[in-house]
Amino acid sequence: MSHSPTDNAGAAVGTVKSYALGFAASVVLTLLSFGLVMGGALPRLPLILTLFALAVAQLFVQLRYFLHVDRSSAMYWNLMALLFTFFLMFLFIGGSIWIMYGLHERM
Amino acid sequence: MTTAQMAHPADAPGHEAHGGPGNHDMGEIQAFGFWIYLMSDLIVFSALFATYVVMAHNYAGGPTPKDLFELPAVLVETMLLLTSSAAYGLAMVAMHKGDPRSVRLGLMAAFALGLGFLVMELAEFHHFIGIGAGPDRSGFLSAFFTLVGTHGLHVTFGLLWIVVMLVQLSSKGLTAPVKGRLTRLGMFWHFLDIVWIGVFTVVYLLGVVQ
Repeated sequence: MSHSPTDNAGAAVGTVKSYALGFAASVVLTLLSFGLVMGGALPRLPLILTLFALAVAQLFVQLRYFLHVDRSSAMYWNLMALLFTFFLMFLFIGGSIWIMYGLHERM
Repeated sequence: MTTAQMAHPADAPGHEAHGGPGNHDMGEIQAFGFWIYLMSDLIVFSALFATYVVMAHNYAGGPTPKDLFELPAVLVETMLLLTSSAAYGLAMVAMHKGDPRSVRLGLMAAFALGLGFLVMELAEFHHFIGIGAGPDRSGFLSAFFTLVGTHGLHVTFGLLWIVVMLVQLSSKGLTAPVKGRLTRLGMFWHFLDIVWIGVFTVVYLLGVVQ
């Protein structure tokens, strides 16, 4: 009973180590992103895909180490709300791009 | 999930054993409520991102991202915001240890770094408007100023909130309500860092690549 899904909802605690780890990983991912664009070594399409992959990786790092979102029961509803929001974002952004580019091609 | 379980945090028997009379759980419910607000804010940003992506190539004969964006400056901005987020994290660790001096130090560091980010962003906006690349120049620039400006406005309110919490920390000390507010401010501050990942990737880096 002491760990129902709503216990500690949204207010998990981090340690110096977890914040340092999250910070270091975020710095490395950011430097990689900027370095790849400023260095200009990759061709266009692989570069764009790599940039998206690095951004998603940093999103996960910051969610995990700064906002403490994980699969624990304490964060269950936070995670559900976040996943549903991602679904809505996918509809909004993906739908807008789909419609507007389709329109562009027919004009 | 039964109704009995849903009601657990507020009125389960024997709950006063850990945490004060309801304060502990109140803070957690408020943190979850604040999380729902952050999710709705994410929807606002996704609408602005969608607009930006659609408008990104409408230059109207005006300047393109390649002409405008200075990546080294954006990298410095990114590092400032990231370090500010980490400093806030250390303030949270100090808060859970019950060390108000270190909390104040962490908040002040987070404020200074966040202010640095905001000043650089405003300098960029000022420069763009000065060379005739204001929000009225093209669809691309309208969408750029709206998206990046909305993020900057959030950072501004975050900075104001940090000042308010510094004052409350001095006047009230680390009481349960102050701790709850510091927790929610922390969620807000880290959230803005996450939105910035999207901004620097989609707006600045992809803008220069294409």
